[in-house]
Amino acid sequence: MRTADKVIEIIAEQAMLDTADVRPEHSLDDLGIDSLGIVESIFAIEEAFDISVPFNANAPDDGAFDISSVAAIIAAVEALVAEKG
Amino acid sequence: MHRVVITGAGTINALGANVPETLEAMREGRCGIGPLQIRDIERLQVQIGAQVRGYDEQAHFNRQQIALYDRFTQFTLLAAKEAIAQSGLSFEGELSVRSGVVLGTSGGGLNTQDENYRAVYEEGKNRVHPFIVPKLMNNAAASHVSMEFQLRGPSFTVATACASSNHAMGLAFQMIRSGGATVMLTGGSEAMLCFGGIKAWEGLRVMSRDACRPFSANRNGMVQGEGAATFVFEEYEHARARGAEILAEVLGFAMSSDAGDIVMPQAAGAERAITGALADARLPREAVGYINAHGTGTAANDKTECAAVAHAFGPHADALMISSTKSMHGHLIGGTGAVELLACIMALRDGVIAPTIGYEEPDPECALDVVPNEAREAKVEAVLSNAFAFGGLNAVIALKGV
Repeated sequence: MRTADKVIEIIAEQAMLDTADVRPEHSLDDLGIDSLGIVESIFAIEEAFDISVPFNANAPDDGAFDISSVAAIIAAVEALVAEKG
Repeated sequence: MHRVVITGAGTINALGANVPETLEAMREGRCGIGPLQIRDIERLQVQIGAQVRGYDEQAHFNRQQIALYDRFTQFTLLAAKEAIAQSGLSFEGELSVRSGVVLGTSGGGLNTQDENYRAVYEEGKNRVHPFIVPKLMNNAAASHVSMEFQLRGPSFTVATACASSNHAMGLAFQMIRSGGATVMLTGGSEAMLCFGGIKAWEGLRVMSRDACRPFSANRNGMVQGEGAATFVFEEYEHARARGAEILAEVLGFAMSSDAGDIVMPQAAGAERAITGALADARLPREAVGYINAHGTGTAANDKTECAAVAHAFGPHADALMISSTKSMHGHLIGGTGAVELLACIMALRDGVIAPTIGYEEPDPECALDVVPNEAREAKVEAVLSNAFAFGGLNAVIALKGV
């Protein structure tokens, strides 16, 4: 499965939506995912891709990991996966 | 209605092995947080904590005791010994049955659990030491204090996460006030600095990897600590009749539940506990000169707490001082309110307000006098100690000088 599809699947499951309803331009807030939901989604991403995501819930907006939209998260995950090699 | 006073205090925590050492560290704004020395530290992302260093259990307890006392029980017994010695009480006859123990903890014997899960799951052992259950149970500390000092009255353990010891001390206060007990040994203890205890917190992504900076705009999370603090709460006439030295009067207590979110605090619930404690104490808000904050150093707690204080105190919020000593002794979770009560007693007795250290940048959402970085001399009439737990459970205690 492509990285993007897997990330969307994880976010959709967290939001309790169909994957078709999760658009790249959506923010997590748009999808009704709260701070606890973000932490859980990041855990699921780490488990799925065997990567470590730099994310601190105290400063969700200024980390190395951009969570401002679904597209941003996909790009950040792709970068971490590529880094892993 | 009986008046309730504090006639003894004891502690062991990252700042000191007793009350005088701890208060000196608070006065000097010393930081007890540093690199953790625990097994498998290299597998943790969070590698700092306020650990009790140089601690040798064999210097305090014999082999049989160590087999039964988890680290959190050991800390409690040491703190209780200091507090009871200061009070000058010995529990015999009628006083023994009129005195009890109510203590807070969140993790109880977590080190014992961690070590034994490791033994059976990781090392594949099929046999464990016979005393694991009595060693890990959350009430072990309360029971051992009861046995050691012959406190035969109401005794139990309270577990409300980060508010455990404030709830415990509040209940002890209520019991004496209502005539259900004459003396209560109360406070709390925590010893969670083991691999599993830190790994679980790490998962929540609210932990700082470098420092605890409450109220500072650049704060980035909480830092765990460990230790215990206990107090002798005593009915006022009983204390006066025997000429006991009184450290402070416990004036009021209130609890509330946010009934909102399992981790995100809500200002309204915190505010109700604060105003409830003032009402219970019959204190006008202008009488409060200092608040020992819950002040965890997380984004969520500190701004919510400041909003609650600002709203509860109105214009007086700008006149009072509020500091978080967690910046020095870390977050002792179920024992934290007890160690923090020491700072409240110091404010009332010594006129020294413990600072919020690590403070670097003002945060407009925490625009109160947080006593940044250096202790301050100030005379205060009454103080509050805040505790706001995960699960939205709030407990605030009001103390007054004597």
